Amino acid sequence: MIDWQPLWLSLRLAGTTALLLLVIAVPLAYWLAYGRGRWMIAVEAIVSLPMVLPPTVLGFYLLLAFSPSNAFGRFLDHYLDIRLVFTFPGLVVGSLIYSLPFMVNPIVSGFRGLSLHLREASRTLGKSDRTTLIHILLPNIRSSLITGAVLAFAHTLGEFGMVVMIGGGIPGQTRVASIAIYDEVQSINYSLANRYAIILLGLSFFILLLVYFVNHHFTNPKTLP
Amino acid sequence: MPHPPTSAFRATKMLHTARGPQRLDIDFQWQQGRLLAIYGPSGAGKTTLLRILAGLTPADTGLIEVEGETWLDTVRRIHLPTRHRSIGFVFQDFALFPNLTVRQQLEFALPNPKEKAIVAELLSLMELNELQHLRPGLLSGGQQQRVALARAIARGPRLLLLDEPLSALDDDMRNKLQDYILMAHHHYHLTTLLVTHHLPEVIRLADEAILLENGKITAHGEPADLFAGRTMTITISPGNPSAKNP
Repeated sequence: MIDWQPLWLSLRLAGTTALLLLVIAVPLAYWLAYGRGRWMIAVEAIVSLPMVLPPTVLGFYLLLAFSPSNAFGRFLDHYLDIRLVFTFPGLVVGSLIYSLPFMVNPIVSGFRGLSLHLREASRTLGKSDRTTLIHILLPNIRSSLITGAVLAFAHTLGEFGMVVMIGGGIPGQTRVASIAIYDEVQSINYSLANRYAIILLGLSFFILLLVYFVNHHFTNPKTLP
Repeated sequence: MPHPPTSAFRATKMLHTARGPQRLDIDFQWQQGRLLAIYGPSGAGKTTLLRILAGLTPADTGLIEVEGETWLDTVRRIHLPTRHRSIGFVFQDFALFPNLTVRQQLEFALPNPKEKAIVAELLSLMELNELQHLRPGLLSGGQQQRVALARAIARGPRLLLLDEPLSALDDDMRNKLQDYILMAHHHYHLTTLLVTHHLPEVIRLADEAILLENGKITAHGEPADLFAGRTMTITISPGNPSAKNP
């Protein structure tokens, strides 16, 4: 009998991560796309680091950082009563870092793909940068926002190395679907591992299908709403 | 009868053009209600002048005073942000917002979203009523130009700045749209600065003109006086047959 808890946990983790990343990534991407600071390139490289870093490396350092035996973890524990190691909130924080480039990079590309005159025209009409962002820029990069959100969701869904390091695979708390597959294979229960895998495979395919459909929809002028 | 308020523009800026560095050094004045053409060959600094006036490009040094209000004073470190300058700007590529319909473009430009009377008036004046629910992607170049003009006027600016707004249009369309510019200029009692490299446009539209060459003003006066007695050397490119010597 399949235990739906890991799948539900994976979906909850991916959904929470994608939603929070939308809030974090838009201002960050705006700054990266239009900012002129000396440190822009370094920040851009740091944001993209999780794309090339082995997930276990990220997970290892986060495990050290979140551990109550180290300064940061102790600070969170003592002063804010937050424990991130081996907890669901810890998985969310880790996933935010791990999936950040998958959300930020499409949005940066979206901003950079827009004519600079759109921002300037809005300013000449007396509008603030915030109004311009909300009413002009974001509606014109809808496909980038959807692509980023869907990719971040899908990427979080497939996490293994990082979540196993900082989550520990505690049933009902941090044992997500990818860990459940690994556990079932370790127990030579291939049938159950296959069911989890099939569901993740179908879900991932559906998500990618959605990304391509959305991109096709927004790049085809005939289908513009 | 009192003279209408005078505005002044003085600015310098180093430009890095395809032909090497060029210093923009411009100083001129204009009176409220005039239609002033800024004329000259490509690369003379016309668009940069307009962008400095709008606050879109910073000047190295400068002083801009429009009808008693200081927009720029590099000595006193005053730089009024673009959104606080009372301008309407029509870009060469029109810069219409792809996500908004024609009516929404005009409504977005309103300083007070509740005062929509001018939107209906502009739609009617610019003959855009039938197009008001379409997005820019479905409009022709001439229609987009009318929308851009209407949008720039919708906020009730002191200064209307037109950056070669007709350069992408054919001659028939250009003539027709010149009528719209003149009509809007008179109907709304605007002060208009028009950047162009099309001499007939200057003669037809402008009350006065500035000739800009290599970043400097080489002549300033009424178009008829300015161009009748002057021999100009302007490079004629195949795509720019209108820039002929007068």
